[in-house]
Amino acid sequence: MSANTDNSDLPIEFSGVDIDVGELKVLRQISISIEPGAPTVLIGPNGSGKTTFLRVAMGLTAPSKGRVMWCGHSQSPPVRRAIVFQRPVMLRRSAFGNLHYALASAGVPRSARRRRANELLSLVDLAGLGDRPARRLSGGEQQRLAIARALAREPHVLLLDEPTASLDPAATKSIEELVRSVSASGVKVVMATHDLGEARRLAGDIVLLHRGTIVERAAVDQFFNSPATKEAQAFLAGELLL
Amino acid sequence: MPDHTSAFHLLLTGDPALFSIVGLSLAITLTAAVVASFIGMPLGALVALTRFRGRQFVIVVMNALMGLPPVIVGLAVYLSLSRSGPLGSWGLLFTPSAMVIAQTILVTPIIAALTRQTIEDLWLEYRDEFSAMHVGAFRRIATLLWDGRFSLVTALLAGFGRAAAEVGSIIIVGGNIEGFTRTMTTAIALETSKGNLSLAVGLGVILMGIVVLVSAFAWGVRRAGERFAG
Repeated sequence: MSANTDNSDLPIEFSGVDIDVGELKVLRQISISIEPGAPTVLIGPNGSGKTTFLRVAMGLTAPSKGRVMWCGHSQSPPVRRAIVFQRPVMLRRSAFGNLHYALASAGVPRSARRRRANELLSLVDLAGLGDRPARRLSGGEQQRLAIARALAREPHVLLLDEPTASLDPAATKSIEELVRSVSASGVKVVMATHDLGEARRLAGDIVLLHRGTIVERAAVDQFFNSPATKEAQAFLAGELLL
Repeated sequence: MPDHTSAFHLLLTGDPALFSIVGLSLAITLTAAVVASFIGMPLGALVALTRFRGRQFVIVVMNALMGLPPVIVGLAVYLSLSRSGPLGSWGLLFTPSAMVIAQTILVTPIIAALTRQTIEDLWLEYRDEFSAMHVGAFRRIATLLWDGRFSLVTALLAGFGRAAAEVGSIIIVGGNIEGFTRTMTTAIALETSKGNLSLAVGLGVILMGIVVLVSAFAWGVRRAGERFAG
């Protein structure tokens, strides 16, 4: 993995972003700037808008109101951004084939694809499983392969939607190590999670979403040690945010 | 072909007339299935992946055409290819080519409709990943056709089955001419009308055997594909 010091898609700036789906307001008046640095972790209950936030940050969902800028540009093709969905879809080919496909889509020259695919397989600790049909891999292995596939285009920003949801502790640990490694290489990680422990372990800063709005944003220590809002205090106390 | 001889006896003794019938049947059926695939698969993929006014109507028509009556197709092709018809100058009436045309018309909607369903289902599954990977339009279509290939084998098989069982249209446009346009299905119809049931049954069994063999081959391809490609 190459270090990306030139974060050309950063900062990602949301200015008064609303997302409406019919009558439902999924995101409301979101204004935030995602800067280079340690991972930004989105937390919040189900339906708080975490996935939609990531889709907007990726450019997959257009705001109903407001605007998003990537390094000052409102129209920025997702060439240096990558997203891993909560349930990534594996193409019907081998693990190696999935990476080869992603590399071809990223415009990597044919002569370099095999070497690069093998590097990525090693990076996510799947070196021995390259020939295995991707859909036959375990949930954790599929997540790691999806992250490798996302890294194929050497992104500056990696958006992860609950990458450890429904994984066992061993698989979760390996994904967290991978996220740390990716972040250490200079890629900005923006990640949604339900797991407060994971948020504490990985985050540089925390964004708490509730009912489509940003309730609180703070550095990780500040958020966990002295949350400023009632909602954050309730969420950390394990109460249900309704 | 003598009427008193069973098809199995003729098969075992290598009767050239019987082999000619079986060979012509296979050639016409496979040609029609392949031509229909080249038309129906891109057409089905196009309808699956594009949004346009009247799309739902096109889908309903495409599905309805799966049940196109063979005699109607036979009549339409006959009228088109007869000397006074718009394509009469081609001189194709009562030739194997006319039979291929009729069968292609019958099989294309089946392959197109099944392809549309397969590709649309796969598209819904892959859509977000394609957007995330920034995959271009042409590559998307190629990927969907490739990744849906094992399901598309079933579509091709359905088309082949329809063509192999078909008699209504090809007897009209082919004329059931011995040694030239006589296929297994038209021969079965003729031998049954003559009361030569043993030969008709024998030909029926051979036809069924071929269809089962082709199905088994396609099933094997699909199973192997699922095992190795996931």
